[in-house]
Amino acid sequence: MNAIIVSALLGVVMMFSGIFTTNKTIIKNIATAGMLVLLAANLMEMNNLFSFDINTHDLIVTQRYGLFFNCIAYGATFIYLVLSGTDITEVGVNVAEYFALIFFVLCGVAILSSFNGLLMLFIGVEILSIPLYILTGSDKRNLKSNEASLKYFLMGSFSTGVMLMGIALMYGATGNFGMVHNSGLRGAIVAAQQPPYLLVAGVILLFASMSFKVSAAPFHFWTPDVYDGAPSVFTSFMSTIVKAAGMLAFIRVFENQYTVLGPTWHIVVDFAIVTTLLIGNITAVFQQSVKRMLAYSSIAQAGFMLFALYANNTEIAKEGMLLYAAAYSLATISIFAVLIKLHDYTLDGFNGLAKKEPVLAFAATVSLLSLSGIPLTAGFFAKYYVLAGALQAGGALWLIIVAVLLAAVSVYYYFRVIQAMYFKEGDPQVLPISGGFKAALIVVAALIVILGIWPSALLSWLYF
Amino acid sequence: MIPVLLLFIPLVAGILGFFIKDQKAASNWAIVASVITLLTAVIGIYAMPASMHQFEATWLPSIGASFSVALDGMSKMLVLLTAISMPLILIATRNNNYSNPGSFYALMSLAQVGLMGVFVSMDALLFYFFWELALIPVYFLSSIWGGEKRIAVTFKFFIYTFIGSLLMLVGILLVYLHTKDHSFAWSSFTNTDLTSGEETLPFFLFFIAFAIKMPIFPLHTWQPDAYEQAPTATTMVLSGVMVKMGLFAVIRWVLPLFPFAANQFEMPIIILSVVGMIYASLIAMQQDDIKRLIAYSSIAHIGLMAAAIFAGGTLGLQGVQVQMFNHGINVIGLWILANAIENTLGTRKLSELGGLATKAPTMAILFVVLAFANIALPLTNAFIGEFLLFNGLFQYNIWIAAAAGVSIILGAIYTLQMVQKVLFGEVSAITANATEINAYSKWVLIVIVVAVIALGIYPQPLIDLTKDSVNALLVIK
Repeated sequence: MNAIIVSALLGVVMMFSGIFTTNKTIIKNIATAGMLVLLAANLMEMNNLFSFDINTHDLIVTQRYGLFFNCIAYGATFIYLVLSGTDITEVGVNVAEYFALIFFVLCGVAILSSFNGLLMLFIGVEILSIPLYILTGSDKRNLKSNEASLKYFLMGSFSTGVMLMGIALMYGATGNFGMVHNSGLRGAIVAAQQPPYLLVAGVILLFASMSFKVSAAPFHFWTPDVYDGAPSVFTSFMSTIVKAAGMLAFIRVFENQYTVLGPTWHIVVDFAIVTTLLIGNITAVFQQSVKRMLAYSSIAQAGFMLFALYANNTEIAKEGMLLYAAAYSLATISIFAVLIKLHDYTLDGFNGLAKKEPVLAFAATVSLLSLSGIPLTAGFFAKYYVLAGALQAGGALWLIIVAVLLAAVSVYYYFRVIQAMYFKEGDPQVLPISGGFKAALIVVAALIVILGIWPSALLSWLYF
Repeated sequence: MIPVLLLFIPLVAGILGFFIKDQKAASNWAIVASVITLLTAVIGIYAMPASMHQFEATWLPSIGASFSVALDGMSKMLVLLTAISMPLILIATRNNNYSNPGSFYALMSLAQVGLMGVFVSMDALLFYFFWELALIPVYFLSSIWGGEKRIAVTFKFFIYTFIGSLLMLVGILLVYLHTKDHSFAWSSFTNTDLTSGEETLPFFLFFIAFAIKMPIFPLHTWQPDAYEQAPTATTMVLSGVMVKMGLFAVIRWVLPLFPFAANQFEMPIIILSVVGMIYASLIAMQQDDIKRLIAYSSIAHIGLMAAAIFAGGTLGLQGVQVQMFNHGINVIGLWILANAIENTLGTRKLSELGGLATKAPTMAILFVVLAFANIALPLTNAFIGEFLLFNGLFQYNIWIAAAAGVSIILGAIYTLQMVQKVLFGEVSAITANATEINAYSKWVLIVIVVAVIALGIYPQPLIDLTKDSVNALLVIK
């Protein structure tokens, strides 16, 4: 409960801070400090030191797994604020609001990691999404930003409608908002060997709307335009922490739901994984803008995270989901932090970066290696864990072979950025860079490598 | 402890090497580190008790992976080859100038870490790590310091090998699920509950990765381009040591793991290898570029070794190990010559060369000896190796041995043609002002030539080094 309450309070604090000061640096520093407070509050609950005691009638159930995910999300947001905080203050005039909205999103994250029932799922998803619609359009005078915001809002509302429809159908079938696996219905379904059609329709609709939220194919069409149109700092936030939280909710809500669908379940998930991987990876190959390429790459990475859904509850896949969230967030935040410092977002804009700014090029390279899943980086173990989980759960081998072949495709587009930075000549325009920013980039790169050698450094916290 | 040192010395040297700016200092630093590594390897292998040859530390206990390295019979030969090759390569190319030399030599040292790691790993996940780690520095070396078409060519090479590695990773996972104690240790991998039918799939997942690395026809298309475009020092690492990773990996990670599948599919693989030998030899005959000629000749030699591995038998397997070492130092010698010719004359085209024997007699002598070694004439080290290989093939199937023999004859034709065109004939406009090769290359070549002849007359030390490994392998099989 700590995380939900503290993040909501901090959001309010940030809104009012805009009234008392107009100094952007102070506002940014308050937000960064607030982030640490939020992280500390969450850690306290995790270690049973202090937590708000509120009777939610089982609508919210905090477990160590969800709290640990909060830690990862908040830690990643902290790194994000340190690296890109200054850039947030450059987006527009309502600086305090941007930070407030980020905290509200984090409140949604905390609900998604602890909901126990479809009603809270819905509330969490909405709390997560609505601030994002605003952040996407925060660059008010930019037409692309406005377009992205409107598109995101319309499509998002539509998918929310679908989700509500699904929840309503499931409620109609079961008579409560509980998730199927902890309502009494499961035994009845197994006994009857055939679930009620209402329930099946509801589950399918829920699947579709959750796929939309994590931009899994075939509900991914909004992603490239929104990620490309939104201010880059907020794309960074949306495509990492928010996406990971959406994925976690997806996995939690479907934890045992598959028993309802029986064999159909595998057809649905197989289809989602294969199309997501195919569309994300193949389309990314043809992009000339690095920002747009990263948008498609985030679709592709979502395809890999879906393996954690596929593996359904095996220990290794649950750990893999956490590791994937951490590895993917770190790498993407760091590559976006570098991207924001460049004037030109096309591949040619990266030409010769290694000569001009070796530290930026090095950090970007480590991130790209991690995204492509090369050993010695966190991305390797992230992919390893989710694939191993899927195999252990008796997953189809062809699916995994398709996935690794497409991972090889991903090397193609990630490495084109490395080639531009190191092997091509050019004089990229770079915004002024502080020493602290470089140091932070190096720390993130070091974290990626440490997790790549020793993932237990993170995962062992899950158990004690 | 010794294998850990063999990894750590080049690792530390590599990381520190990035900060050196001066060409001579960077080169000296890398050479000193490689010589220390060589001394460690030699002392470790010959003077230290077996207890020093192993090291194990916990790494990821939750998934059953450990940092387990060992210098056993299978790895000794290749560790020795890696340790000897690096100083030879670095000294011979000492006069080459690089932009940003610190990074160049640092990446060379890191490549050595990857190679050593592949040979000493006794844990499948660790093996996979080093397998990739060897690739990354070579990717950067070739792409930054290579020839004109370097970026596209190196990328092709990278994607090719990376696809192979990922398939191997799936294979590793599959075998892991069948181990009895859920561990990645080599001893568990050789003792799984895979039935003979279940072996087929992981066998191919592993084998494709290794076949790409060797390379076996028809997966060889990355190789000639990559050899041609990479900077010469990197080409030497690639063809001298790195292609042996594939052969070694088959001996360590395929034959003991999947004996039934290896037995079932040995015939098609041997036929592919022999077809590749003849095919590569025919193409080598048509080449005008020395580097490409050596590249294709290398494919032919590797093909013979691959065939002999699958043909099996004590003598064949021993021959493969001996020949891996011999081919390694011989081909490095040939590359040094190609590098010297290119550096002094500015061309690698056979049609533009000629009459170097009168202009550079010392080089000519060295060239001829290495050419003889390339066609495995008696009294050169390659003779005993190829003799053992043919012995194995002959016992397996006489017709295949005969077909492989054709490629040896073709090998003699193109090698002697090359010698003829480079050393003899008319002195051309380009070769008119040829000079002797520089002292660094010369002395390295002399060392190699002495080794070629010495091991040709008395190959027993090499054979002894491999004996226990082959026996161990046959016990598992």
